[in-house]
Amino acid sequence: MISDKHMDKSKVSQDRSSVFVKRKRTFTLAFIIFFALFAISAAVAEYDVIGGFESIPKAVKWMSANFVPDEKAWSRLPKIFEKLSETALVSVAVTVCAATLAFFFSLLGTKTTRVNPWIGRIVRIIAAFFRNVPDVVWAMLLLFSFGQNMLTGFFALFFTTFGMLTRTFIETIDEVSSSCVEALRATGASYIQTVFHGIIPSSMPEIISWVLYMIETNIRSSTLIGVLTATGIGNLFDLYYKRMDYSSASLVVVSIVVLVIFIEMLSNKIRKVIM
Amino acid sequence: MSEMSLSAAAPLAVDIGSCMRKTRGGKIKTAAITKSGGIINITVFVLLALTVYAFFSFDYKDIDIVKALSGTWTNALVVFGSPRLHYNTLSGMIKALGVTFALGVLSTIFGAITAFFGALMCARNTAHPVLANVVKSFVAFIRAVPTILWVLIFTVAAGLGSVAAVIGLSFHSAGYLIKAYAESIEEVDAGTIEALKASGASFWQIVFQAIVPSSITYMTAWTFLRFEINFTNALAVGAAAGAGGIGFDLFMAGSYYFDLHELGYITYMIVAAVIILEAVATGIKARVR
Repeated sequence: MISDKHMDKSKVSQDRSSVFVKRKRTFTLAFIIFFALFAISAAVAEYDVIGGFESIPKAVKWMSANFVPDEKAWSRLPKIFEKLSETALVSVAVTVCAATLAFFFSLLGTKTTRVNPWIGRIVRIIAAFFRNVPDVVWAMLLLFSFGQNMLTGFFALFFTTFGMLTRTFIETIDEVSSSCVEALRATGASYIQTVFHGIIPSSMPEIISWVLYMIETNIRSSTLIGVLTATGIGNLFDLYYKRMDYSSASLVVVSIVVLVIFIEMLSNKIRKVIM
Repeated sequence: MSEMSLSAAAPLAVDIGSCMRKTRGGKIKTAAITKSGGIINITVFVLLALTVYAFFSFDYKDIDIVKALSGTWTNALVVFGSPRLHYNTLSGMIKALGVTFALGVLSTIFGAITAFFGALMCARNTAHPVLANVVKSFVAFIRAVPTILWVLIFTVAAGLGSVAAVIGLSFHSAGYLIKAYAESIEEVDAGTIEALKASGASFWQIVFQAIVPSSITYMTAWTFLRFEINFTNALAVGAAAGAGGIGFDLFMAGSYYFDLHELGYITYMIVAAVIILEAVATGIKARVR
Protein backbone atom coordinates (compact mmCIF):
# COMPACT_ATOMS: atom_id res chain seq x y z
CA MET A 1 0.00 0.00 0.00
CA ILE A 2 2.67 2.47 1.06
CA SER A 3 4.95 1.53 -1.78
CA ASP A 4 2.00 1.91 -4.11
CA LYS A 5 1.46 5.48 -2.97
CA HIS A 6 5.15 6.10 -3.27
CA MET A 7 5.18 4.86 -6.83
CA ASP A 8 2.22 7.06 -7.69
CA LYS A 9 4.00 10.09 -6.33
CA SER A 10 7.21 9.43 -8.20
CA LYS A 11 5.23 8.85 -11.36
CA VAL A 12 3.43 12.15 -10.93
CA SER A 13 6.65 14.04 -10.34
CA GLN A 14 8.18 12.38 -13.37
CA ASP A 15 5.20 13.40 -15.48
CA ARG A 16 5.43 16.92 -14.22
CA SER A 17 9.12 17.24 -14.95
CA SER A 18 8.58 15.90 -18.43
CA VAL A 19 5.95 18.57 -19.02
CA PHE A 20 8.43 21.26 -18.05
CA VAL A 21 11.21 19.71 -20.11
CA LYS A 22 8.92 19.46 -23.08
CA ARG A 23 7.78 23.05 -22.64
CA LYS A 24 11.36 24.27 -22.43
CA ARG A 25 12.28 22.30 -25.53
CA THR A 26 9.34 23.80 -27.46
CA PHE A 27 10.29 27.30 -26.34
CA THR A 28 13.90 26.81 -27.40
CA LEU A 29 12.88 25.37 -30.74
CA ALA A 30 10.42 28.21 -31.40
CA PHE A 31 13.11 30.73 -30.46
CA ILE A 32 15.63 29.18 -32.86
CA ILE A 33 13.10 29.11 -35.72
CA PHE A 34 12.16 32.72 -35.01
CA PHE A 35 15.79 33.81 -35.01
CA ALA A 36 16.61 31.93 -38.22
CA LEU A 37 13.57 33.40 -39.95
CA PHE A 38 14.59 36.85 -38.78
CA ALA A 39 18.18 36.47 -39.98
CA ILE A 40 17.17 35.12 -43.40
CA SER A 41 14.52 37.82 -43.90
CA ALA A 42 16.90 40.59 -42.86
CA ALA A 43 19.43 39.31 -45.38
CA VAL A 44 16.90 38.99 -48.22
CA ALA A 45 15.31 42.41 -47.66
CA GLU A 46 18.75 43.99 -47.04
CA TYR A 47 17.37 45.28 -43.78
CA ASP A 48 19.77 47.26 -41.60
CA VAL A 49 18.88 46.13 -38.06
CA ILE A 50 20.85 48.83 -36.21
CA GLY A 51 19.73 51.52 -38.65
CA GLY A 52 16.17 50.40 -38.10
CA PHE A 53 16.37 50.94 -34.37
CA GLU A 54 18.19 54.22 -34.83
CA SER A 55 15.48 55.47 -37.17
CA ILE A 56 12.77 55.40 -34.49
CA PRO A 57 14.16 58.16 -32.22
CA LYS A 58 15.18 60.06 -35.35
CA ALA A 59 11.62 59.85 -36.66
CA VAL A 60 10.15 60.92 -33.32
CA LYS A 61 12.51 63.91 -33.21
CA TRP A 62 11.67 64.83 -36.81
CA MET A 63 7.95 64.45 -36.20
CA SER A 64 7.94 66.63 -33.10
CA ALA A 65 9.82 69.33 -35.02
CA ASN A 66 7.95 69.28 -38.35
CA PHE A 67 4.75 67.38 -37.80
CA VAL A 68 2.90 70.10 -35.94
CA PRO A 69 -0.13 71.81 -37.55
CA ASP A 70 0.59 75.53 -37.96
CA GLU A 71 -1.67 78.40 -38.99
CA LYS A 72 -1.37 77.67 -42.70
CA ALA A 73 -2.39 74.08 -42.04
CA TRP A 74 -5.48 75.13 -40.07
CA SER A 75 -6.56 77.35 -42.97
CA ARG A 76 -6.58 74.21 -45.12
CA LEU A 77 -8.99 72.45 -42.79
CA PRO A 78 -12.09 72.88 -45.05
CA LYS A 79 -10.23 71.26 -47.96
CA ILE A 80 -9.03 68.42 -45.73
CA PHE A 81 -12.52 67.95 -44.37
CA GLU A 82 -13.97 67.78 -47.89
CA LYS A 83 -11.50 65.10 -49.01
CA LEU A 84 -11.86 63.16 -45.77
CA SER A 85 -15.64 63.02 -46.11
CA GLU A 86 -15.22 61.91 -49.73
CA THR A 87 -12.98 59.03 -48.62
CA ALA A 88 -15.34 58.12 -45.77
CA LEU A 89 -18.35 58.14 -48.10
CA VAL A 90 -16.53 55.99 -50.64
CA SER A 91 -15.74 53.40 -47.97
CA VAL A 92 -19.33 53.36 -46.71
CA ALA A 93 -20.77 53.10 -50.22
CA VAL A 94 -18.29 50.39 -51.23
CA THR A 95 -18.98 48.33 -48.14
CA VAL A 96 -22.77 48.63 -48.37
CA CYS A 97 -22.88 47.75 -52.09
CA ALA A 98 -20.41 44.88 -51.70
CA ALA A 99 -22.26 43.57 -48.64
CA THR A 100 -25.64 43.58 -50.40
CA LEU A 101 -24.27 41.75 -53.40
CA ALA A 102 -22.18 39.41 -51.24
CA PHE A 103 -25.21 38.47 -49.16
CA PHE A 104 -27.28 37.30 -52.12
CA PHE A 105 -24.24 35.70 -53.69
CA SER A 106 -23.39 33.87 -50.47
CA LEU A 107 -26.90 32.37 -50.36
CA LEU A 108 -25.82 30.28 -53.35
CA GLY A 109 -22.72 29.15 -51.51
CA THR A 110 -23.96 28.06 -48.08
CA LYS A 111 -24.73 24.48 -47.18
CA THR A 112 -28.20 25.45 -45.91
CA THR A 113 -29.46 27.49 -48.86
CA ARG A 114 -27.44 26.55 -51.94
CA VAL A 115 -29.32 25.39 -54.99
CA ASN A 116 -26.92 22.56 -55.68
CA PRO A 117 -23.44 21.56 -54.44
CA TRP A 118 -21.71 22.44 -57.72
CA ILE A 119 -22.97 26.02 -57.73
CA GLY A 120 -21.91 26.23 -54.09
CA ARG A 121 -18.39 25.17 -54.98
CA ILE A 122 -18.18 27.64 -57.87
CA VAL A 123 -19.36 30.47 -55.60
CA ARG A 124 -16.63 29.66 -53.09
CA ILE A 125 -13.96 29.62 -55.80
CA ILE A 126 -15.13 32.98 -57.17
CA ALA A 127 -15.08 34.46 -53.66
CA ALA A 128 -11.57 33.10 -53.09
CA PHE A 129 -10.43 34.67 -56.36
CA PHE A 130 -11.73 38.13 -55.44
CA ARG A 131 -10.38 37.85 -51.92
CA ASN A 132 -6.89 36.77 -52.89
CA VAL A 133 -6.19 39.31 -55.62
CA PRO A 134 -4.99 42.29 -53.53
CA ASP A 135 -6.76 45.64 -53.94
CA VAL A 136 -3.53 47.18 -55.24
CA VAL A 137 -3.65 44.85 -58.24
CA TRP A 138 -7.27 45.78 -58.95
CA ALA A 139 -6.35 49.45 -58.66
CA MET A 140 -3.50 49.05 -61.16
CA LEU A 141 -5.77 47.21 -63.59
CA LEU A 142 -8.64 49.68 -63.25
CA LEU A 143 -6.32 52.67 -63.71
CA PHE A 144 -5.95 51.73 -67.40
CA SER A 145 -9.58 52.47 -68.30
CA PHE A 146 -10.86 54.58 -65.43
CA GLY A 147 -7.84 56.83 -65.10
CA GLN A 148 -7.36 58.94 -61.99
CA ASN A 149 -11.00 58.80 -60.98
CA MET A 150 -12.53 57.99 -57.65
CA LEU A 151 -14.39 55.10 -59.32
CA THR A 152 -11.00 53.36 -59.70
CA GLY A 153 -10.68 53.16 -55.94
CA PHE A 154 -14.36 52.35 -55.61
CA PHE A 155 -14.19 49.26 -57.79
CA ALA A 156 -10.78 48.15 -56.47
CA LEU A 157 -12.11 48.15 -52.92
CA PHE A 158 -15.43 46.74 -54.08
CA PHE A 159 -13.85 43.57 -55.50
CA THR A 160 -11.79 42.71 -52.40
CA THR A 161 -14.60 43.63 -49.99
CA PHE A 162 -17.00 41.49 -52.02
CA GLY A 163 -14.64 38.50 -51.81
CA MET A 164 -14.00 38.96 -48.09
CA LEU A 165 -17.67 39.41 -47.18
CA THR A 166 -18.93 36.53 -49.34
CA ARG A 167 -16.73 34.12 -47.41
CA THR A 168 -17.67 35.49 -44.00
CA PHE A 169 -21.39 35.59 -44.86
CA ILE A 170 -21.29 31.97 -46.01
CA GLU A 171 -19.74 31.00 -42.66
CA THR A 172 -22.18 33.19 -40.70
CA ILE A 173 -25.29 31.88 -42.41
CA ASP A 174 -24.20 28.27 -42.01
CA GLU A 175 -23.47 28.86 -38.34
CA VAL A 176 -26.53 30.91 -37.37
CA SER A 177 -29.41 30.00 -39.61
CA SER A 178 -29.33 26.30 -40.42
CA SER A 179 -31.81 25.30 -37.69
CA CYS A 180 -34.33 28.06 -38.42
CA VAL A 181 -34.16 27.33 -42.14
CA GLU A 182 -35.02 23.71 -41.44
CA ALA A 183 -37.96 24.75 -39.27
CA LEU A 184 -39.27 27.19 -41.89
CA ARG A 185 -38.92 24.63 -44.68
CA ALA A 186 -40.91 22.15 -42.62
CA THR A 187 -43.78 24.64 -42.35
CA GLY A 188 -43.84 24.89 -46.12
CA ALA A 189 -42.20 28.30 -46.54
CA SER A 190 -40.90 29.12 -50.01
CA TYR A 191 -37.24 29.89 -50.72
CA ILE A 192 -37.83 33.66 -50.74
CA GLN A 193 -39.82 33.46 -47.50
CA THR A 194 -37.06 31.43 -45.85
CA VAL A 195 -34.50 34.06 -46.82
CA PHE A 196 -36.50 37.10 -45.73
CA HIS A 197 -38.09 35.68 -42.57
CA GLY A 198 -35.43 33.24 -41.42
CA ILE A 199 -31.95 34.02 -42.66
CA ILE A 200 -31.93 37.82 -42.72
CA PRO A 201 -33.31 38.33 -39.19
CA SER A 202 -31.15 35.65 -37.61
CA SER A 203 -27.86 36.63 -39.23
CA MET A 204 -28.36 40.41 -39.28
CA PRO A 205 -26.39 41.23 -36.10
CA GLU A 206 -23.35 39.34 -37.38
CA ILE A 207 -23.68 40.91 -40.81
CA ILE A 208 -23.88 44.44 -39.37
CA SER A 209 -20.87 43.76 -37.20
CA TRP A 210 -18.84 42.65 -40.22
CA VAL A 211 -20.03 45.58 -42.33
CA LEU A 212 -18.94 48.04 -39.63
CA TYR A 213 -15.55 46.34 -39.41
CA MET A 214 -15.11 46.50 -43.19
CA ILE A 215 -16.03 50.21 -43.27
CA GLU A 216 -13.26 50.86 -40.77
CA THR A 217 -10.76 48.78 -42.75
CA ASN A 218 -11.80 50.33 -46.04
CA ILE A 219 -11.15 53.87 -44.79
CA ARG A 220 -7.55 52.88 -44.20
CA SER A 221 -7.29 50.97 -47.48
CA SER A 222 -8.85 53.76 -49.48
CA THR A 223 -6.23 56.14 -48.11
CA LEU A 224 -3.61 53.88 -49.64
CA ILE A 225 -5.48 53.39 -52.89
CA GLY A 226 -5.94 57.18 -52.96
CA VAL A 227 -2.16 57.64 -53.05
CA LEU A 228 -2.05 55.37 -56.14
CA THR A 229 -5.08 56.75 -57.96
CA ALA A 230 -4.68 60.41 -56.94
CA THR A 231 -8.08 60.70 -55.23
CA GLY A 232 -9.43 61.40 -51.78
CA ILE A 233 -7.53 62.03 -48.57
CA GLY A 234 -4.63 59.78 -49.57
CA ASN A 235 -3.84 62.03 -52.51
CA LEU A 236 -4.12 65.14 -50.38
CA PHE A 237 -1.60 63.74 -47.91
CA ASP A 238 0.71 62.75 -50.75
CA LEU A 239 0.40 66.22 -52.25
CA TYR A 240 1.29 68.08 -49.05
CA TYR A 241 3.95 65.54 -48.31
CA LYS A 242 5.71 65.89 -51.68
CA ARG A 243 5.50 69.68 -51.35
CA MET A 244 7.23 69.20 -47.97
CA ASP A 245 4.32 71.00 -46.35
CA TYR A 246 4.60 68.69 -43.36
CA SER A 247 2.42 70.69 -41.01
CA SER A 248 -0.55 70.38 -43.36
CA ALA A 249 0.24 66.68 -43.81
CA SER A 250 0.18 66.24 -40.05
CA LEU A 251 -3.27 67.79 -39.87
CA VAL A 252 -4.40 65.24 -42.47
CA VAL A 253 -3.07 62.43 -40.25
CA VAL A 254 -4.81 63.85 -37.20
CA SER A 255 -8.11 64.15 -39.06
CA ILE A 256 -7.90 60.54 -40.26
CA VAL A 257 -7.13 59.37 -36.72
CA VAL A 258 -10.11 61.27 -35.32
CA LEU A 259 -12.43 59.81 -37.97
CA VAL A 260 -11.23 56.22 -37.56
CA ILE A 261 -11.40 56.32 -33.76
CA PHE A 262 -14.88 57.87 -33.93
CA ILE A 263 -16.09 55.09 -36.24
CA GLU A 264 -14.42 52.44 -34.09
CA MET A 265 -16.12 53.74 -30.94
CA LEU A 266 -19.49 54.04 -32.65
CA SER A 267 -19.33 50.52 -34.06
CA ASN A 268 -18.27 49.11 -30.68
CA LYS A 269 -21.32 50.76 -29.12
CA ILE A 270 -23.61 49.34 -31.82
CA ARG A 271 -22.04 45.90 -31.49
CA LYS A 272 -22.57 45.89 -27.73
CA VAL A 273 -26.31 46.49 -28.19
CA ILE A 274 -27.04 44.15 -31.09
CA MET A 275 -24.86 41.11 -30.39
CA MET B 1 -39.11 14.18 -40.83
CA SER B 2 -42.33 16.17 -40.55
CA GLU B 3 -43.12 14.52 -37.23
CA MET B 4 -39.80 15.59 -35.83
CA SER B 5 -40.15 19.21 -36.80
CA LEU B 6 -43.73 19.30 -35.55
CA SER B 7 -42.68 18.16 -32.10
CA ALA B 8 -39.88 20.74 -32.18
CA ALA B 9 -42.31 23.51 -33.09
CA ALA B 10 -44.95 22.64 -30.48
CA PRO B 11 -43.44 24.39 -27.40
CA LEU B 12 -42.67 27.41 -29.58
CA ALA B 13 -46.34 27.81 -30.54
CA VAL B 14 -47.31 28.24 -26.89
CA ASP B 15 -44.71 30.96 -26.45
CA ILE B 16 -45.83 32.91 -29.49
CA GLY B 17 -49.50 32.53 -28.61
CA SER B 18 -49.05 34.18 -25.26
CA CYS B 19 -47.51 37.35 -26.67
CA MET B 20 -49.20 37.54 -30.05
CA ARG B 21 -49.65 40.95 -31.64
CA LYS B 22 -51.90 41.63 -34.62
CA THR B 23 -51.86 44.22 -37.37
CA ARG B 24 -54.91 46.30 -38.24
CA GLY B 25 -55.84 43.81 -40.93
CA GLY B 26 -55.83 40.96 -38.43
CA LYS B 27 -52.57 39.39 -39.57
CA ILE B 28 -50.33 38.09 -36.81
CA LYS B 29 -47.19 40.19 -36.37
CA THR B 30 -44.26 37.84 -36.14
CA ALA B 31 -41.35 40.24 -35.65
CA ALA B 32 -40.34 40.84 -32.05
CA ILE B 33 -39.75 44.39 -30.83
CA THR B 34 -36.37 44.59 -29.17
CA LYS B 35 -33.81 47.29 -28.53
CA SER B 36 -31.27 45.47 -30.67
CA GLY B 37 -33.78 45.22 -33.51
CA GLY B 38 -34.34 48.97 -33.38
CA ILE B 39 -30.61 49.70 -33.42
CA ILE B 40 -30.16 47.32 -36.36
CA ASN B 41 -32.91 49.10 -38.31
CA ILE B 42 -31.41 52.52 -37.57
CA THR B 43 -27.91 51.35 -38.54
CA VAL B 44 -29.12 49.84 -41.80
CA PHE B 45 -31.12 52.97 -42.63
CA VAL B 46 -28.21 55.33 -41.90
CA LEU B 47 -25.80 53.22 -43.94
CA LEU B 48 -28.18 53.08 -46.90
CA ALA B 49 -28.85 56.82 -46.71
CA LEU B 50 -25.11 57.55 -46.60
CA THR B 51 -24.59 55.28 -49.62
CA VAL B 52 -27.26 57.03 -51.67
CA TYR B 53 -25.88 60.42 -50.65
CA ALA B 54 -22.37 59.24 -51.55
CA PHE B 55 -23.39 58.32 -55.09
CA PHE B 56 -24.91 61.77 -55.61
CA SER B 57 -21.98 63.64 -54.10
CA PHE B 58 -19.17 61.92 -56.01
CA ASP B 59 -17.16 63.86 -58.55
CA TYR B 60 -17.29 61.49 -61.52
CA LYS B 61 -15.31 63.83 -63.82
CA ASP B 62 -17.65 63.01 -66.77
CA ILE B 63 -16.44 59.44 -67.01
CA ASP B 64 -18.26 57.08 -69.37
CA ILE B 65 -18.85 54.22 -66.95
CA VAL B 66 -20.06 51.70 -69.53
CA LYS B 67 -17.07 52.33 -71.74
CA ALA B 68 -14.66 52.20 -68.80
CA LEU B 69 -16.17 48.96 -67.50
CA SER B 70 -16.04 47.28 -70.89
CA GLY B 71 -12.47 48.54 -71.29
CA THR B 72 -11.60 47.06 -67.91
CA TRP B 73 -13.17 43.76 -68.97
CA THR B 74 -10.99 43.57 -72.12
CA ASN B 75 -7.94 44.54 -70.08
CA ALA B 76 -8.77 41.92 -67.45
CA LEU B 77 -8.96 39.29 -70.19
CA VAL B 78 -5.46 40.28 -71.33
CA VAL B 79 -4.11 40.38 -67.77
CA PHE B 80 -5.50 37.02 -66.69
CA GLY B 81 -5.50 35.42 -70.15
CA SER B 82 -2.02 36.04 -71.50
CA PRO B 83 0.48 36.74 -68.73
CA ARG B 84 4.02 37.28 -70.02
CA LEU B 85 7.18 38.85 -68.66
CA HIS B 86 8.87 41.47 -70.79
CA TYR B 87 10.89 43.84 -68.63
CA ASN B 88 11.79 41.41 -65.86
CA THR B 89 13.05 37.83 -65.62
CA LEU B 90 11.40 35.03 -63.69
CA SER B 91 14.32 34.77 -61.27
CA GLY B 92 14.19 38.52 -60.71
CA MET B 93 10.48 38.27 -59.93
CA ILE B 94 11.02 35.40 -57.50
CA LYS B 95 13.67 37.48 -55.74
CA ALA B 96 11.29 40.45 -55.56
CA LEU B 97 8.59 38.17 -54.16
CA GLY B 98 11.14 37.00 -51.58
CA VAL B 99 11.84 40.61 -50.58
CA THR B 100 8.11 41.28 -50.06
CA PHE B 101 7.87 38.05 -48.06
CA ALA B 102 10.87 39.09 -45.95
CA LEU B 103 9.36 42.54 -45.30
CA GLY B 104 6.21 40.79 -44.08
CA VAL B 105 8.21 38.43 -41.82
CA LEU B 106 10.33 41.20 -40.28
CA SER B 107 7.40 43.47 -39.55
CA THR B 108 5.42 40.57 -38.08
CA ILE B 109 8.33 39.61 -35.79
CA PHE B 110 8.86 43.20 -34.62
CA GLY B 111 5.12 43.66 -34.23
CA ALA B 112 4.72 40.42 -32.28
CA ILE B 113 7.61 41.12 -29.86
CA THR B 114 6.38 44.65 -29.17
CA ALA B 115 2.81 43.43 -28.90
CA PHE B 116 3.69 40.73 -26.35
CA PHE B 117 5.01 43.29 -23.86
CA GLY B 118 2.40 45.85 -24.87
CA ALA B 119 -0.39 43.36 -24.26
CA LEU B 120 0.96 42.59 -20.78
CA MET B 121 0.76 46.33 -20.10
CA CYS B 122 -2.87 46.60 -21.13
CA ALA B 123 -4.57 43.28 -20.30
CA ARG B 124 -6.99 43.68 -17.41
CA ASN B 125 -5.52 40.81 -15.38
CA THR B 126 -1.83 41.72 -15.66
CA ALA B 127 -1.68 45.51 -15.66
CA HIS B 128 -2.60 48.41 -13.44
CA PRO B 129 -5.92 49.91 -14.68
CA VAL B 130 -4.43 53.40 -15.17
CA LEU B 131 -1.49 52.06 -17.16
CA ALA B 132 -3.85 49.84 -19.14
CA ASN B 133 -6.00 52.79 -20.16
CA VAL B 134 -2.99 54.89 -21.18
CA VAL B 135 -1.57 52.05 -23.29
CA LYS B 136 -4.97 51.27 -24.81
CA SER B 137 -5.58 54.84 -25.99
CA PHE B 138 -2.04 55.10 -27.33
CA VAL B 139 -2.52 51.84 -29.25
CA ALA B 140 -5.89 53.02 -30.61
CA PHE B 141 -4.10 56.09 -31.97
CA ILE B 142 -1.36 54.00 -33.62
CA ARG B 143 -3.94 51.68 -35.16
CA ALA B 144 -5.98 54.55 -36.57
CA VAL B 145 -3.12 55.88 -38.71
CA PRO B 146 -3.10 54.02 -42.04
CA THR B 147 0.03 51.92 -42.65
CA ILE B 148 0.96 53.84 -45.77
CA LEU B 149 1.23 57.06 -43.76
CA TRP B 150 3.57 55.42 -41.23
CA VAL B 151 5.77 54.22 -44.07
CA LEU B 152 5.83 57.65 -45.74
CA ILE B 153 6.65 59.31 -42.40
CA PHE B 154 9.55 56.92 -41.81
CA THR B 155 10.75 57.38 -45.36
CA VAL B 156 11.74 60.93 -44.44
CA ALA B 157 13.47 59.90 -41.24
CA ALA B 158 15.22 56.74 -42.46
CA GLY B 159 15.39 57.19 -46.23
CA LEU B 160 13.65 55.21 -48.94
CA GLY B 161 14.15 51.49 -48.47
CA SER B 162 13.45 48.44 -46.39
CA VAL B 163 13.97 50.19 -43.04
CA ALA B 164 11.12 52.64 -43.64
CA ALA B 165 8.88 49.83 -44.92
CA VAL B 166 9.57 47.45 -42.03
CA ILE B 167 9.30 50.02 -39.24
CA GLY B 168 6.20 51.57 -40.84
CA LEU B 169 4.50 48.18 -41.21
CA SER B 170 5.54 47.16 -37.68
CA PHE B 171 3.66 50.07 -36.13
CA HIS B 172 0.29 48.96 -37.35
CA SER B 173 1.07 45.27 -36.72
CA ALA B 174 1.99 46.03 -33.12
CA GLY B 175 -1.21 48.00 -32.61
CA TYR B 176 -3.32 45.22 -34.07
CA LEU B 177 -1.56 42.42 -32.19
CA ILE B 178 -1.57 44.23 -28.84
CA LYS B 179 -5.36 44.29 -29.00
CA ALA B 180 -5.56 40.63 -30.06
CA TYR B 181 -2.97 39.38 -27.53
CA ALA B 182 -4.54 41.38 -24.69
CA GLU B 183 -7.88 39.73 -25.41
CA SER B 184 -6.31 36.25 -25.27
CA ILE B 185 -4.43 37.12 -22.06
CA GLU B 186 -7.66 38.32 -20.47
CA GLU B 187 -9.19 34.90 -21.12
CA VAL B 188 -6.56 33.14 -19.01
CA ASP B 189 -8.18 31.50 -15.98
CA ALA B 190 -7.96 33.93 -13.04
CA GLY B 191 -7.60 31.02 -10.60
CA THR B 192 -4.30 29.90 -12.15
CA ILE B 193 -2.79 33.36 -11.78
CA GLU B 194 -4.08 33.67 -8.21
CA ALA B 195 -2.66 30.27 -7.25
CA LEU B 196 0.76 31.17 -8.61
CA LYS B 197 0.64 34.55 -6.87
CA ALA B 198 -0.25 32.86 -3.58
CA SER B 199 2.70 30.50 -3.91
CA GLY B 200 5.01 33.49 -4.25
CA ALA B 201 5.72 33.38 -7.96
CA SER B 202 7.19 36.55 -9.48
CA PHE B 203 5.47 38.50 -12.26
CA TRP B 204 7.62 36.95 -14.99
CA GLN B 205 7.15 33.46 -13.56
CA ILE B 206 3.39 34.00 -13.77
CA VAL B 207 3.75 35.26 -17.32
CA PHE B 208 5.86 32.37 -18.57
CA GLN B 209 4.31 29.53 -16.55
CA ALA B 210 0.62 30.48 -16.66
CA ILE B 211 -0.17 33.14 -19.24
CA VAL B 212 2.04 32.11 -22.15
CA PRO B 213 1.22 28.38 -22.08
CA SER B 214 -2.53 28.92 -21.93
CA SER B 215 -2.80 31.68 -24.53
CA ILE B 216 -0.04 30.65 -26.95
CA THR B 217 -2.44 28.93 -29.35
CA TYR B 218 -4.58 32.04 -29.81
CA MET B 219 -1.49 34.20 -30.08
CA THR B 220 -0.01 31.98 -32.78
CA ALA B 221 -3.24 32.01 -34.75
CA TRP B 222 -3.46 35.82 -34.53
CA THR B 223 0.21 36.20 -35.49
CA PHE B 224 -0.25 34.14 -38.64
CA LEU B 225 -3.38 36.05 -39.54
CA ARG B 226 -1.39 39.25 -39.15
CA PHE B 227 1.43 37.85 -41.27
CA GLU B 228 -0.99 37.31 -44.15
CA ILE B 229 -2.16 40.92 -43.77
CA ASN B 230 1.43 42.16 -43.55
CA PHE B 231 2.31 40.37 -46.77
CA THR B 232 -0.40 42.18 -48.73
CA ASN B 233 0.46 45.42 -46.91
CA ALA B 234 4.13 45.03 -47.87
CA LEU B 235 2.95 44.66 -51.45
CA ALA B 236 0.78 47.77 -51.26
CA VAL B 237 3.49 49.80 -49.60
CA GLY B 238 5.95 48.70 -52.27
CA ALA B 239 3.58 50.03 -54.92
CA ALA B 240 2.51 53.25 -53.22
CA ALA B 241 5.71 54.31 -51.43
CA GLY B 242 8.36 52.68 -53.61
CA ALA B 243 9.51 50.53 -50.72
CA GLY B 244 10.76 47.69 -52.95
CA GLY B 245 9.71 44.10 -53.44
CA ILE B 246 7.24 42.78 -55.98
CA GLY B 247 4.77 45.57 -55.19
CA PHE B 248 7.16 48.05 -56.78
CA ASP B 249 7.43 45.90 -59.94
CA LEU B 250 3.65 45.73 -60.02
CA PHE B 251 3.49 49.51 -59.87
CA MET B 252 6.13 49.86 -62.61
CA ALA B 253 4.31 47.41 -64.89
CA GLY B 254 0.98 49.16 -64.39
CA SER B 255 1.82 52.85 -64.22
CA TYR B 256 5.16 53.18 -65.97
CA TYR B 257 5.48 50.52 -68.70
CA PHE B 258 1.68 50.16 -69.17
CA ASP B 259 2.28 46.47 -69.88
CA LEU B 260 -0.85 44.40 -69.22
CA HIS B 261 0.91 41.09 -69.89
CA GLU B 262 3.56 41.81 -67.28
CA LEU B 263 0.90 42.99 -64.86
CA GLY B 264 -0.86 39.65 -65.35
CA TYR B 265 2.29 37.61 -64.75
CA ILE B 266 3.06 39.47 -61.52
CA THR B 267 -0.57 39.15 -60.43
CA TYR B 268 -0.46 35.39 -60.87
CA MET B 269 2.76 35.16 -58.83
CA ILE B 270 1.22 37.24 -56.04
CA VAL B 271 -2.02 35.24 -56.00
CA ALA B 272 -0.07 31.97 -55.91
CA ALA B 273 1.98 33.27 -52.97
CA VAL B 274 -1.13 34.44 -51.10
CA ILE B 275 -2.90 31.10 -51.61
CA ILE B 276 0.17 29.13 -50.43
CA LEU B 277 0.42 31.39 -47.35
CA GLU B 278 -3.25 30.87 -46.57
CA ALA B 279 -2.88 27.10 -46.90
CA VAL B 280 0.20 27.04 -44.65
CA ALA B 281 -1.50 29.28 -42.09
CA THR B 282 -4.60 27.07 -42.02
CA GLY B 283 -2.39 24.01 -41.58
CA ILE B 284 -0.45 25.55 -38.70
CA LYS B 285 -3.63 26.80 -37.02
CA ALA B 286 -5.17 23.31 -37.26
CA ARG B 287 -2.04 21.73 -35.75
CA VAL B 288 -1.77 24.29 -32.94
CA ARG B 289 -5.33 23.62 -31.87
